[in-house]
Amino acid sequence: MSAAVTSETRARRGDTQAEPREHAQTPVPASDQQSKDVAIRLEKVALGYDSDTIQQGLSFAIRRGDVFIIMGGSGCGKSTVMRALTGLLAPRQGRVLLQDQSLWEVSEAARTQILRGVGVMYQSGALWSSMTLEENITLPLEQYTRLSRQQIGELAEYKLALVGLAGFGGYYPGQISGGMRKRVGVARAMALDPDILFFDEPSAGLDPLSARRLDDLILELRDSLGTTMVVITHDLDSIFLIGDDAVFLDAETRTMLTTGNPKHLRDHSEIAEVRAFLRRGEA
Amino acid sequence: MALDQGADSDFVLRLAGRWRLDQRIPPRAEFSALLDRAAPIEGAGPGGNDHSRSEDATATSQPLRLRFDTSALSDWDSALVSFIAGVERLCAERNIDCDPEALPDGLRRLREMANLAAAPEEDPHDRGPSFLARIGLDIGDLVRSTGEIITFFGEGAIAVRHFVAGRARYRKSELWVILQESGADALPIVSLVSFLVGMILGYIGDQQLARFGVRIYVADLVGLATVIQMGALITGIVLAGRTGAAFAARIGTMQVNEEVDALRTFGIPPMEFLVLPRMVALILMTPLLTLYADLLGILGGAFVGTVVGGVTLTAYLVQTQAAIGWNHIIQGLISATVYGAIVAASGCLRGMQCGRSAAAVGEATTSAVVTAIVFIVIAAAILTVIFDAIGLSA
Repeated sequence: MSAAVTSETRARRGDTQAEPREHAQTPVPASDQQSKDVAIRLEKVALGYDSDTIQQGLSFAIRRGDVFIIMGGSGCGKSTVMRALTGLLAPRQGRVLLQDQSLWEVSEAARTQILRGVGVMYQSGALWSSMTLEENITLPLEQYTRLSRQQIGELAEYKLALVGLAGFGGYYPGQISGGMRKRVGVARAMALDPDILFFDEPSAGLDPLSARRLDDLILELRDSLGTTMVVITHDLDSIFLIGDDAVFLDAETRTMLTTGNPKHLRDHSEIAEVRAFLRRGEA
Repeated sequence: MALDQGADSDFVLRLAGRWRLDQRIPPRAEFSALLDRAAPIEGAGPGGNDHSRSEDATATSQPLRLRFDTSALSDWDSALVSFIAGVERLCAERNIDCDPEALPDGLRRLREMANLAAAPEEDPHDRGPSFLARIGLDIGDLVRSTGEIITFFGEGAIAVRHFVAGRARYRKSELWVILQESGADALPIVSLVSFLVGMILGYIGDQQLARFGVRIYVADLVGLATVIQMGALITGIVLAGRTGAAFAARIGTMQVNEEVDALRTFGIPPMEFLVLPRMVALILMTPLLTLYADLLGILGGAFVGTVVGGVTLTAYLVQTQAAIGWNHIIQGLISATVYGAIVAASGCLRGMQCGRSAAAVGEATTSAVVTAIVFIVIAAAILTVIFDAIGLSA
């Protein structure tokens, strides 16, 4: 099963590289087949807090098995978009569909059920500080599985080993470095083997080697488990290394400017702001 | 620094010598004065030949230009960059073209980089909305805040229902830790404050009752005041400052660190996981701490009654026992339970409402203590009336 997913995913990646694309205000695929390939879809979504509109007119689709990048300058609303996709912020307008189910048009219980297929790695790790690293991972497993205490402990150990932190289960978040906290954040996000993983600024504040290891981990998890990855970042090295598809959010117009493969956007985008962003300001 | 008229009728600002932060840099007003003499603002400047020249330039629609001469400039740093920025601003105000061509290359590049940074659209020194608009905004905030409080208590009620049904999602180990932190760990401060308040009550009572020769009634005064109200009130206020503030700070910091978001994305209600154990802990521990505070308060009064009032310890304790009835103890315990719930709810509510900055955590903590103390005092007044109405205080 895993091998089939892997080859399918890789084949899709090959397609992406063979046919790079850019869509200004991407039309959302709507046919049945396309719908099956889509993990997340946004339809004319507007987001904001109180009287402030952060982003509007967001319509794009994230395909299953892709590493999808949400990028844009500081303050453009990337994290706000992630909050809407992870059930923390209701959109003012439009629909957010996860696995073809509209996240904000269902009951709270149904939303919780949908979100069980989602894992989130927060920018700071957001580990529960009163619990050990192992307890951080076992908590969701205790809540949502019927595994024995021993099985849950072994699973937590395995998840920690996967992010290179075997043997650190007894430590508290305050006792480890920022990079390690991020990796534990990944392990916790993966606790329930979600179909979709969100990463908020995974490489922010990390040294180049740790950032690269985290990028490799994202690719490996996608390739081995077929997990759809949504990564919020403005780290260009990461964007080009791991990104299959991307959306560019603009702080000035408060909407998306384009979607497409990051490398293609860098080399061929017709939008000057996007090219400038992806070329570090060079024309 | 000198400002001359160039051969082509442009102005030339000659800059010479060292322009460094450790030197005296001419204030912008000095240049402004030079400029006023050379190119006065229309209708505002002094008359004379210079004024005529300006008028000539305006009449022929030739914009004035300012060039720089830096041939004698030996050394410069940010002091000169900043000065040039001021010169450019003044020239812009007077509609004078500023030609940076003759400036050192490095200085020009630094100016260009600084000019690239777009200024925010909103003025940070904007005085904000008008008085009426502020009233409107405050009313909006009040409505929103009331809605949040109603939502909080609604979710709290659901959490309690889940707790009673045994379906609440919280960690029992955490509940034990909170019980210890809010109960046993509070014993020293509760002991100190209760004992001292008992002493104060005893001392004041002894002074007054000594006039009538009934010093033994100090035991009644201290015992009844402590058991009916003071023990619970002292415990409630001490817990508001100690435990309620800690709840707000803890949950507020979890908001800042996105830990509460992480709970929500796992479908774990923060109301059950964070608020419920704290409510349960304080509702259980406050009455117990109040009993302890009552005992220490009575001992404080007994200390004064025996040492200052000359009453024997046995007589004091027998008098206290005779004065206090079960109805008084029940009043104190009911009050304590209500105060405990108020402290826990205030701390958790303000923590959950906390913004996402260090300052917001500080505000949440302060607000938790203030809210708890205000509502404790209001509750004390209401409970006193209720106890009297139902005959419990007889």
